[in-house]
Amino acid sequence: MTELCPETEQELAEAIRAVAGPVAVRGGGTRGIGRPVTGQVLETRGMAGIVLYEPGALTLVAKAGTPVAEIEAALAAEGQRLAFEVPDRRGLLGTEGVSRIGGVVAANASGPRRVQAGACRDALLGVRFVDGAGTVVKNGGRVMKNVTGYDLVKLMAGSHGTLGVLSEVALKVLPAPEAAASLAVAIDDPGAAVAALSAALGSPFDVTGAAWLPDAGALVRIEGFAASVAYRAERLAALLAPHGAVTVERDADAVAAHWAAVRDVAPLHGRPGDLWRLALKPSDAPEAVARLGGAAVIDWGGGLVWALVPAGEDARARLSGLGGHATLMRAAPETRARIAPFPPEPAAVAALSAGLRQRFDPRGVLNPGLMG
Amino acid sequence: MDLPSPDPAIMARKSAILARLREVLPADSVIDDATETRAYECDALTAYRCPPLAVVLPRTTEEVAAALKICHAEGVPVVPRGSGTSLAGGALPTGDALILGVSRLNAVLETDYPDRFIRVQSGRTNLSVTGAVEADGFFYAPDPSSQLACAIAGNIAMNSGGAHCLKYGVTTNNLLGVRMVLMDGTVVDLGGPWMDAPGLDLPGLVCGSEGQLGVVTEAWLRILPKPEGARPVLMGFESSEVAGACVADIIKAGVLPVAIEFMDRPCIEATEAFARAGYPMCEALLIVEVEGSPAEIDEQLGLIKQIAGRHDPVELREAGDEDEAKRIWLGRKSAFGAMGQINDYMCLDGTIPVSSLPHVLRRIGEMSKEFGLDVANVFHAGDGNMHPLILFDANKPGDLERCEALGAEILKLCVEVGGCLTGEHGVGIEKRDLMGVQFAPADLEAQMRVKDVFDPKWLLNPAKVFPLAVSAGRRAA
Repeated sequence: MTELCPETEQELAEAIRAVAGPVAVRGGGTRGIGRPVTGQVLETRGMAGIVLYEPGALTLVAKAGTPVAEIEAALAAEGQRLAFEVPDRRGLLGTEGVSRIGGVVAANASGPRRVQAGACRDALLGVRFVDGAGTVVKNGGRVMKNVTGYDLVKLMAGSHGTLGVLSEVALKVLPAPEAAASLAVAIDDPGAAVAALSAALGSPFDVTGAAWLPDAGALVRIEGFAASVAYRAERLAALLAPHGAVTVERDADAVAAHWAAVRDVAPLHGRPGDLWRLALKPSDAPEAVARLGGAAVIDWGGGLVWALVPAGEDARARLSGLGGHATLMRAAPETRARIAPFPPEPAAVAALSAGLRQRFDPRGVLNPGLMG
Repeated sequence: MDLPSPDPAIMARKSAILARLREVLPADSVIDDATETRAYECDALTAYRCPPLAVVLPRTTEEVAAALKICHAEGVPVVPRGSGTSLAGGALPTGDALILGVSRLNAVLETDYPDRFIRVQSGRTNLSVTGAVEADGFFYAPDPSSQLACAIAGNIAMNSGGAHCLKYGVTTNNLLGVRMVLMDGTVVDLGGPWMDAPGLDLPGLVCGSEGQLGVVTEAWLRILPKPEGARPVLMGFESSEVAGACVADIIKAGVLPVAIEFMDRPCIEATEAFARAGYPMCEALLIVEVEGSPAEIDEQLGLIKQIAGRHDPVELREAGDEDEAKRIWLGRKSAFGAMGQINDYMCLDGTIPVSSLPHVLRRIGEMSKEFGLDVANVFHAGDGNMHPLILFDANKPGDLERCEALGAEILKLCVEVGGCLTGEHGVGIEKRDLMGVQFAPADLEAQMRVKDVFDPKWLLNPAKVFPLAVSAGRRAA
């Protein structure tokens, strides 16, 4: 079957109207997760380009197929950036390709700065998309505050192409900071690490990253004006000293490298086993890591855990009784067909999700079954 | 303002419906005495009133579910109500609707500092959420002007903002999850005390849905550590355009103040007469507040003053101490009260791209002359959330209609420059009939499909948000 590669929103709408069976929607193909979808491939790369960028209004509008790198370069030229820190998932998931902004939004992919600047969905101001019937829909806009009508913007973020195919997104951007520093606390134990991270995140020192890597210990990042970063680094070092030996990294490239490793979950690249992603209360993270038993990385102060689990095993069985939810991110297709990659929902919630999918995609053609 | 006429079948069954409600709710939770229900005839949009069928004030999620189940079976419309502070008519009843007030659901259920969240019942007031955690150094960030009175339930329904959301975001950015009762009485938990929702972002969808998808009875809210300190600076300019340009420059320079507030001359004059905050008499002033340690504040304010200097400020006043900080905020915080002293007014809430500020302010000035009604501007400039106050005389025949016509023109202008009808107050009934200005029929259809899923019989707050003609087929179904 030939792939579909529309170059305009209009062509996208026509293509969806014309399909007779399932469509596998593809952005850059770097973060494909969920139940395997068999169907005609629909590529969004043909719809690319920055439509509008107003640095003074902190807003950028881009077509869904625009490479993330192109957006980041345009922002960097004005001393700005995407605040939610787009993760590069290629190393972790063993994928190749060019990450595109529509896929980032469809996955609500957010990096370590989630704890301070919010997730991708928090930076998303507006969307244009084509639903499963081939109708063009817009929601939100390009302004910071907008409560006009229902917030389908949030609904589309993280809907993995199951409700509609994004054609354009509007994002809030932020100034890039003048300086950054990273504090490392020598802690081996995840429980002690989360306690240290909670202390840092509960302080007034505006922490923009709080993670734990098995070989690097607990990491805390601060960003801002140089004098302010120096001041807060000193205060945080004192605050964290009771938790372990503290070292402070102030070199910009080194700080960026540390946090790229956290963002991309580098310690788990290329290692055997299935990869699970847990969202939970930070204080439950140590227990979750202990129960799963394998290699793990902790981000978001404990609110996010990446863990390797023996291939084919259902991690949820081991986590029963803990709150939060677990998503199977990387596993053989047969495992992803057998174990629901997305967290199973209670019946009443599942009925709402199914109802939304049915209304937005009545023929069930957009990534059918991907989210369960 | 059109509201659907009450369904005579419901009106005829009123006593039977009340009897059923009294079977499942305590006696003091069901109110139908005409003098007592009068308080529920309107919200803060007082121009529109309608006595409800009756009022229920449940104390638990179970009682909310029991009441909704009966209304669902009886086909009775339900209007959820927080504290009734909506400026958009979000809690205005129809004659055949039951008001479901959550004011008695006001407990703090769980406070968790290591995990930085609080779980509260939804009738709790915004300010008392912060009140529950501030002794321990935390706060709940969204701070609508009505925060002393407004309920979290209403904040969630309208996705409320506030002066400090430039840095901390609005309700949706601080809401982790909700416990919600669907119209048929089913209780669902959407999200929870973790940083993203499993599956579809249903808490994100519920936030801002104006009480049309379900009745939120509990919420998990993110709490944040209080900053070390905060300090405002006040700057006066010789025109609104110059002040607008200064705002854009501050944002571009990489400073992220917690608030940038704007007032124009008509507003400054009214406020001074009322609150005597000692503001300079100029065409426009900005109040910019930054946070941090004293040295961090000095550094940021230094940069802001340097930027302002390039725009020839006629006044530059930095708070030297707590008292002076309070004086700087005094006028801004009394602005709405001050306007209310001298006139009736209608408060608009459109948002525009910050870059369009000078153009929009100029156009509003021109329209004000055309319509012969004064307009004062006071708003959150950092995020482009305008609050033009149109002054009118409610006792003068035709003035309200003229005021509404001017309001509509101003909101159309906001949309025309790339903005929206409402930034933080919500659509309610007030902007319902303007939705077609911002949205194409397919856009509205997509939103209404969401309501079809959550509330197939369209019984929850049914006459709001969507133009009546657009939602007619669904409401009748």
